[in-house]
Amino acid sequence: MSDLSLENAQSMRTSRRRIRAFDAAVLALLVLALWQAIGSWTKGVAVSPPLQTLVYLFGLLRTGMFWDHAAATLEAFLLAFVLSALIGLALGLIFGVRRFAGDVAEPILAGFYTIPKVTLYPVVLLIFGLGMSAKVAFGIMHGLVPMTMFTLGAVRSLPPVLIRTAKVLRLSPGRTMRWVLVPACLPDIVNGLRLSFSLSLLGVLIGEMFSSQRGLGFLLVNGMAQHNVPLSTAVVTVIVAVAIAANTLMLRVGGRTRRRLASIDPAAE
Amino acid sequence: MTRPRAVLLVRIAVLAGLVILLEICCRSGIIDPLTVIPPSNMIASMIDNVGSGDLNESIVNTFSTIILAFVLAIGFGTLAGALIHRSSRLRDVADPLLASYYSVPTFIFYPLLVALLGLGKAPLVVLGVLSAAPAVMISTLSGLDGVPPVLMKLARVQRLGPARTLWWIVLPAALPRLFTGLKLALSYALIGVIAGEFILSGTGLGYAISFAYQSFDNRAMYGLMLFVLLVAVIANGILYVWEGRLARRRSTG
Repeated sequence: MSDLSLENAQSMRTSRRRIRAFDAAVLALLVLALWQAIGSWTKGVAVSPPLQTLVYLFGLLRTGMFWDHAAATLEAFLLAFVLSALIGLALGLIFGVRRFAGDVAEPILAGFYTIPKVTLYPVVLLIFGLGMSAKVAFGIMHGLVPMTMFTLGAVRSLPPVLIRTAKVLRLSPGRTMRWVLVPACLPDIVNGLRLSFSLSLLGVLIGEMFSSQRGLGFLLVNGMAQHNVPLSTAVVTVIVAVAIAANTLMLRVGGRTRRRLASIDPAAE
Repeated sequence: MTRPRAVLLVRIAVLAGLVILLEICCRSGIIDPLTVIPPSNMIASMIDNVGSGDLNESIVNTFSTIILAFVLAIGFGTLAGALIHRSSRLRDVADPLLASYYSVPTFIFYPLLVALLGLGKAPLVVLGVLSAAPAVMISTLSGLDGVPPVLMKLARVQRLGPARTLWWIVLPAALPRLFTGLKLALSYALIGVIAGEFILSGTGLGYAISFAYQSFDNRAMYGLMLFVLLVAVIANGILYVWEGRLARRRSTG
């Protein structure tokens, strides 16, 4: 009897998975059809159709020019991301443990998160000059706050018994962070990293689109200005693909850390 | 002194201290006046520029675009969210899309939109809606998920029609999460529209700032920046206070 119901549940699960795969395929086809429709409807002045873009992209990937620009974006982005992640983590832990400082800082951070930071880009340019450091600074302006806020929120919602245990064991602040706070907050930290990743990428790209001579953002705007539609469509495709792939990866990692934490301590779920 | 008040006072003191520090640094020449102008000058420039009336058209343009994008995003987002909530099959497709939507920098579509729709209001509205609507969708979904089943049973027992169920049961129960979507939609629409104007456009406040930057008119640039940021902070602040009031009414009612 129980065997039968188990089998039943399993077959239901596989059929549900099949339906899902089918729906996802339909969706992918719809997106491609829409892309093709816009491409042929506008006769390729705004968007080049999928197949043409793909062919162009393969050609582009073989040019050194593309990798030059991609390397410029990647370098600025990695710097911005790593710095936002580290500084954000440290700030979040400090603000989370020191409640008063956290209460003072949280609305300021939230306010900064919601303002249109693009308008501040000229200031960044005036301070750092045109070039790599301005892009990195702008990426950090976007990526730092979400990392800080997620870490802060995670530390605050920790069961107090963990922090008390650390006190009882007389762990130093550094060790408390290393052995108690960071592991317990890991799922939220991964979430913060995910947001920080996409926002610092956004910051770097906006910087390049507004004023820069290198990078994928520049390549995109330049392609548009020179009416090289396949170029700009190909660049957009690359950025979207990379962004979605990275995000999916981090969602998976986040889910795994959450499950692992739950298997150690069911109350954390 | 109660704790919340102490927190508020310290927060104001920190912000005021930063502004004063900036003022001193600029006045004493530690910061080059060609880089950052003193805050007092920023305020004066903002009053000059906004008060002169030259920018009235840009201001009206920008804010009407933002409001249009905001309203459309709320409409589309709520409708789509409600629709997806009804069908678990749509939900299975939509969830992963929504989860990775904001990882894609929406701005990279803006040059394509400009080529597609011309250099007017339309690409800005579309950009605003593209950045704001998914947030409304996500919060609509989580709001509808959060309606306790017992309330829906109650509606059925009372034989409420769909419209009344929506108005008396679903809406109040989902309100806090819907409000989160509203707040996000406002700031995303604002960011989307102003950033679009800033990068590539011929009108609006974003364009005015970028124009001032390119013509080395630092004073005007800082004045306009301050204006945009103040409007953004005030608009978000109003929603924040309103939300707090609603939450208090819920907890007492």
